[in-house]
Amino acid sequence: MVKKSLERLYIILIFIFLYAPIAILMVLSFNQSKTRSKWGGFTLEWYRSLFANDSIMEAFYTTIILALLASIIATVLGTAASLGMNAMRKKPRSILMGITNIPMLNADIVTAIALMLLFIRFSSMGVMEFGFGTVLLAHITFCLPYVILCVMPKLSGLDQNVYEAALDLGASPVYAFFKVVLPDIFPGVLTGFLMAFTMSLDDFVITHFTKGAGVDTISTKVYTEVRKGIKPEMYALSTLLFVTVLILLFLVNRKTVKEQSGK
Amino acid sequence: MSKKHLSIPYAVWMLIFVLIPLVLILFYGFTTRDGAFTMDNILSIAQPEHRKALWLSFLLSFISTAVCLLLSYPLAMILNKMSVNQNSFIVFIFILPMWMNFLLRTMAWQNILERNGILNRILEFFHLPALNLINTPYAIVLGMVYNFLPFMVLPIYNSLIRIDKDVINAAHDLGASNSYTFRKIIFPLTLPGVMSGILMVFIPAMTTFVISDLLGGGKILLIGNVIEQEFKQANNWNLGSGLSLVLMLFIVISMIVDAVCNKDEEERSLW
Repeated sequence: MVKKSLERLYIILIFIFLYAPIAILMVLSFNQSKTRSKWGGFTLEWYRSLFANDSIMEAFYTTIILALLASIIATVLGTAASLGMNAMRKKPRSILMGITNIPMLNADIVTAIALMLLFIRFSSMGVMEFGFGTVLLAHITFCLPYVILCVMPKLSGLDQNVYEAALDLGASPVYAFFKVVLPDIFPGVLTGFLMAFTMSLDDFVITHFTKGAGVDTISTKVYTEVRKGIKPEMYALSTLLFVTVLILLFLVNRKTVKEQSGK
Repeated sequence: MSKKHLSIPYAVWMLIFVLIPLVLILFYGFTTRDGAFTMDNILSIAQPEHRKALWLSFLLSFISTAVCLLLSYPLAMILNKMSVNQNSFIVFIFILPMWMNFLLRTMAWQNILERNGILNRILEFFHLPALNLINTPYAIVLGMVYNFLPFMVLPIYNSLIRIDKDVINAAHDLGASNSYTFRKIIFPLTLPGVMSGILMVFIPAMTTFVISDLLGGGKILLIGNVIEQEFKQANNWNLGSGLSLVLMLFIVISMIVDAVCNKDEEERSLW
């Protein structure tokens, strides 16, 4: 019994450790005082002024559009690549999987400066300038491995015969993919997409090195504000974002629990 | 068209955006501004301030990795015993904090650790002496543990839930004690998870420049800070690349260790 309550206590302490900073940021979003070390009373002012603050809203839109585009492109490209790799012989497949692991295991800062050097070449050749495009290319690159590592295990557990049977019964490869293969690997594809989206949303280092002058995401904006003092609207924005995701996850979770108990 | 060709766009993408950029780092690292071959960029790691930054990075990330491992293993064991029937729920709990911006979350630790911060007020309440943590290496270690703990918990948890319960029952039936079963059965089976957790914590901790910036007060330089400054402030790409190559040496060593421990490359999955 004592052991059980100790275990409970341990888990609770770890969760306090993980979620305390988030609670602090939420409290700060209601803080009337502009400095973060003093409590000046409760206010909703920052939530109101947030929507009037063009530069923060622009950074927010850039972050969301970037994360959406990067994760969608990475999901399509990565799922296609996984299908291809699954059909390959062992040797070329393990080479390609090895390359997939490079951005996963490599340090963010090394990936970032490597891409920055590439984009410097691009801009001196007149291919493209630093801007939203370079950040997008960089984000797709580090999102791809997450998609592949989520989809590949689902594919290797798949019965190849079902797909063959669909073809024998006259389905075109594309039709067979959407009707037979995709439903089976869909949980993997979805997890891959969500991982890619989350990683893109939370990234700072790679954006910091690959962005052009006029482009800012929430992360890079926070970084430039750290020295001057963070605008309280930033806390309001991240609180809204966090609570939205929390509610979404809660709804999805309840739905799956219901479905499982319904079976 | 065969199915294999579906991976061609991906292979081309990885060639352009992963392999060629790495070659560019090699090129810049071994040349001067005028393009002549040199070893100076690499050897500059021996300069006292660079050597000090590298050593400090290694030390702090080593400590952080050890702390993460010590915290995570018992946690993963408890989570595993609770046998929540949806393990995706556990993954979500650890991923969820990432939806609050990483810089803001790290910055919030300033509120907790600073002189009149939350931690010191709690200590004061219990009449304990105040701690001066902010802008010290301790704060940086704490920031690293905070940010990278999920990357240690999840692989260990994942390898624990995959252990067949019958194997453990068999060990008990054959008279093994709890601690003997742990040493001989459970721990060896989770070793791949432990190894990948160590990698996922050690490399980002060793190379960070943001955590040391935010919690070290800008006075404590890690090797990541040095490289960042060479690129963003001094515009000395050659020196920055040279130092990154030294950093990559550590990464390559870790990758080799990982490859030896996870020979089952095919079965590899993300958490």
